Amino acid sequence: MATTTRQKAGWGAANAVTFVVIAIPLLWIASLSFKTPAAITDPSFWPAQWTWGNYSGILTNSTFVRPLLNSIGIGLIATFIAVVFASMAAYAVARLAMPGKRLIVAGALLISIFPQISLVTPLYNIERSLSLFNTWPGLIIPYIAFGLPMAVYILAAFFQQIPWQLEKAAKVDGATPWQAFTKVIAPLAAPGMVTSAILVFMFCWNEFLFAISLTSTTSARTAPAALAFFSGGSQFTTPTGPIAAAAVVITIPIIIFVSVFQRRIVSGLTSGAVKG
Amino acid sequence: MSTSTQTVAVAAPTEAPARHWHRKKKPPLSEGARAERKLGLLLCAPAVIVMIGVAAYPICYAVYLSLQRYNLAFPNAVKFVGLSNYGAVLSSPYWWQALKVTVIITIFSVLFELVLGMALAQVMFRTIFGRGFMRTVALIPYGIVTVAAAYGWLYAWTPNEGYLSALFSNSAPLTSTVPSLAIIILAEVWKTTPFMALLLLSGLAQVPGDLEKAARVDGATVWQRFTRITLPLMKPAILVALLFRGADAFRIFDNIYVLTGGGHNTYSVSILGYDNLFSALNLGIGSAISILIFICVAIMAAVFIWGFGVKAPGADLAK
Repeated sequence: MATTTRQKAGWGAANAVTFVVIAIPLLWIASLSFKTPAAITDPSFWPAQWTWGNYSGILTNSTFVRPLLNSIGIGLIATFIAVVFASMAAYAVARLAMPGKRLIVAGALLISIFPQISLVTPLYNIERSLSLFNTWPGLIIPYIAFGLPMAVYILAAFFQQIPWQLEKAAKVDGATPWQAFTKVIAPLAAPGMVTSAILVFMFCWNEFLFAISLTSTTSARTAPAALAFFSGGSQFTTPTGPIAAAAVVITIPIIIFVSVFQRRIVSGLTSGAVKG
Repeated sequence: MSTSTQTVAVAAPTEAPARHWHRKKKPPLSEGARAERKLGLLLCAPAVIVMIGVAAYPICYAVYLSLQRYNLAFPNAVKFVGLSNYGAVLSSPYWWQALKVTVIITIFSVLFELVLGMALAQVMFRTIFGRGFMRTVALIPYGIVTVAAAYGWLYAWTPNEGYLSALFSNSAPLTSTVPSLAIIILAEVWKTTPFMALLLLSGLAQVPGDLEKAARVDGATVWQRFTRITLPLMKPAILVALLFRGADAFRIFDNIYVLTGGGHNTYSVSILGYDNLFSALNLGIGSAISILIFICVAIMAAVFIWGFGVKAPGADLAK
């Protein structure tokens, strides 16, 4: 179709508006994080006095550093386990003849729309009796469960597009189904696994409700939960600057992720959901 | 597998009515098919165990807890009380206020997201210049930690500190109900419109370009082409997006927790459940609220799947 200059300008303007609407709240938090406590009361985007103090404050303080490490550790472990379990299940759902496939897909769908608050009360009680409360596994296990559905969908859709003749060829050559899975299919499936890993990690990184409900100290509390428990450097300073700095710190990995993996994230988000 | 189905197909015509009898007589699976079945079940086992352990079992346990009088402050006074916790919740004005707030937030935020998401999807679909860049930009709100973004909104609306408050003559909108709800919805819409747009975008990409061209030749206006061709063809994608976003908006927690803490009558059902557990320490009432929220979401999903005929996503995966 012939695009006129006017149309081009129109879409360009629409792009510009989108960009500004998305960027302003981000710039605002960034600007807050560089303001000195005195400059916080100035609503301008350009700090009257610049400081790195908010960053050095939170990064030398265990009330943020420890949760940040928890976030990374819990996120990585939960993501790894969820993707391994999901790959196995997705392979079975996409490829193997067996009963109960529909149940698995339905169960995954159910969990993906499940209200987490419904689980907080029982999990709180269960975890206290199993001594999982306020520990890494206490968060990792629910994160695996809520990361699984997404990963199963993405991987099952991905596995269906793999050229399976290769698997047959391997079997003809004498490979067992397990060997065909690990030696032939798994390497081909790696891109799908990366996509689901990114999305599951982003979910864990973002999660807040379990993080504040199933922890009580910084020994397992993750970064988003720590933000909500921030108090200023002393009783008399407002925590606005430190909270803004911490918000920026936990946003940076996300910006890197979406910049590097934009294509994968888009395909992952839309693969299971819409093609049906 | 193919051998066993063939046997069934051959045997079926005469024996079709007596199905269970027939099933018993089904020849044993070949060794290969049995091995495949076993492998399949083994591969699914870890995922299924985790999903049952973290979701199915706790929800059953929550049903059990909801039938008890169980306050953590009085751990020795646990007693079976039947449905009286449900009675207490359903006759409490707090529950109905929370439900009202949740429904309002869900309807308005999903509605705005649908309209804005459709516009954004069009922009991302048509734009020729900087496509990848625009998609990356649009993914940032989706990826950003909700709590981090929520603090940005909170400080933006703080009088004498925030740029948005300054724009509205230093008002303090987070101190009364309606403006607070508007800001909560704004924060939700900002964060999730890009996600909605991406879901709609992949629906948009499936609308055949020829149809639009044909309509254009026949003299249909832009609006006619959108409402008569694009929208009907995108209906399945739209319904799936509405189901997912609707269920997600209904469990809203993070934004309210940060923006108002549930004050000024802005608490959602999730906030109410949380407060009953951690402020009132009432496991019985908290569990009853949990179950009621679960029922609400289940009804919503059922309406979408059976009422509107949403094809459950992934149904084709299990073929």
